[in-house]
Amino acid sequence: MNPNDETGPGRPGVSRRSVLGGGAAVAIGVPLLAREAQAVPPARVADAAPVTVRATVNGRPVSVQVDPRATLLDTLRDELELTGTKKGCDRGQCGACTVHVDGRRVLSCLTLAATVDDREVTTIEGLARGDRLHPMQQAFIERDGLQCGFCTPGQIMSAVGMVQEGPARSDDEIRERMSGNICRCSCYPSIVEAIRDAQKVMR
Amino acid sequence: MPTASFTRPRTLDEALSHATPDSAFLAGGTTLVDLMKLDVLTPTRVVDINRLPLHGIKLDRDGLHIGALERMSDVAADRIVRRDYPMIAQALELSASAQLRNMASIGGNLLQRTRCGYFRDVTTACNKREPGSGCSALTGFNRTHAILGTSDACVATHPSDLAVPLVALGTTVHLATAQGTRTVPLDTFYALPGSTPHLENTLRPGELITGITVPRSMWAPNSVYLKIRDRQSYEFALASAAVAIEWRGHTIRQARIAAGGVGTRPWRLPAVENALAGRRATADVFEAAVRTAADGARTLPHNGFKPALLRRTLVRALTVLMESR
Repeated sequence: MNPNDETGPGRPGVSRRSVLGGGAAVAIGVPLLAREAQAVPPARVADAAPVTVRATVNGRPVSVQVDPRATLLDTLRDELELTGTKKGCDRGQCGACTVHVDGRRVLSCLTLAATVDDREVTTIEGLARGDRLHPMQQAFIERDGLQCGFCTPGQIMSAVGMVQEGPARSDDEIRERMSGNICRCSCYPSIVEAIRDAQKVMR
Repeated sequence: MPTASFTRPRTLDEALSHATPDSAFLAGGTTLVDLMKLDVLTPTRVVDINRLPLHGIKLDRDGLHIGALERMSDVAADRIVRRDYPMIAQALELSASAQLRNMASIGGNLLQRTRCGYFRDVTTACNKREPGSGCSALTGFNRTHAILGTSDACVATHPSDLAVPLVALGTTVHLATAQGTRTVPLDTFYALPGSTPHLENTLRPGELITGITVPRSMWAPNSVYLKIRDRQSYEFALASAAVAIEWRGHTIRQARIAAGGVGTRPWRLPAVENALAGRRATADVFEAAVRTAADGARTLPHNGFKPALLRRTLVRALTVLMESR
């Protein structure tokens, strides 16, 4: 997918990404930040010396030159064209950008790409085994754990990380341990059911 | 974000030699990257310290030693921390989200910046961000702001949960520069805002936190961290209490108490500790002991509820601890 596809027709300077970024920031109660959501730097800027990052992304070795200020999120989406990882608030407040680095769930919007040199990154694109979905992906489908789907990659990556840290013993514990992932469609009941199902299979 | 060069040193000496007055050390990045995007922090050089050997969680005669690069989630999950310093594990688990706890380091947690919305918004006046520009919070939205240790220049709340139990337990912070190392008490490491709210601690230019030591005590194993907030999870404290008690039967031999969410720095409460020492643990004793907890508080138009909330939070933490012994 070409990242330029995200620019909306007929509205110069307004991209789908900036609108979504601003919208998500408002939705989670940080109106002060909304106007800054459009000031996101591109993954490449000419005026800073680039840094070489060699990492494993979804099992494949990757070498990429990045601006030292580029986030892992922007690098995944714009340089590696892995657009499954979503940019919600871009401020570490919504969880939509959750990926795994060395097997731990982290926020790619607050991770500088330069810091994942030598590390292993897994995104939503790396979860399935060929055509076989990961049990968590399957459970989200079966339990209808989404409506608009924008937070879903982050929800699933976070949920997989949660189960790997140790299965939850109650629905309340799932809610607490998944509190870093906001769903503005409020599909929480179905998300909890999906995670409850998937962790039985994952064990 | 401004132009910033990036270095990835492998040793402490190398990292310290890369530091300048305008550089920033990068560990988890959960504060630095966030505030760089907002143009609140504008370092000219970012020194990625994640390859430095500042790790380890060890207990010895002197106490609990935690390397500055240990992540919040790893410290919270550590068996020794959970057994001997439960309120440290609880404060960590009640902080942020699982993803942020996987990223954020212990050193960075102690240096995290206030969540005051005006500090984070470069279009508004803020003495902490831009000395002399004024304080927008005094006449703006100040419901979450501090009531203790404030000044006319700044009313920003110290955001760390972890620092609250650490201050209560007399933790020391180990610091290093290219010139040498030193160790300071965490309590006095944090500065009151006064007329210089941009100076939040006694860290020198280019100085790095390498680790902390939490002393051993008879009270740390009997401790609780209680956090009161607007939503049940993933939120900063409106008020919090770290309470540790050394018991002799039903009598409180000694107590160590600090509060969060109410002060411009983690707020130790020696008067409350003294009022509890030697007393039998009862609801009446608790109520009487916390009466002075908010003495000196200066409330703002939107946070007048905080003195009472602080006292109630302390009583509930004491009660929880009494009932769990």
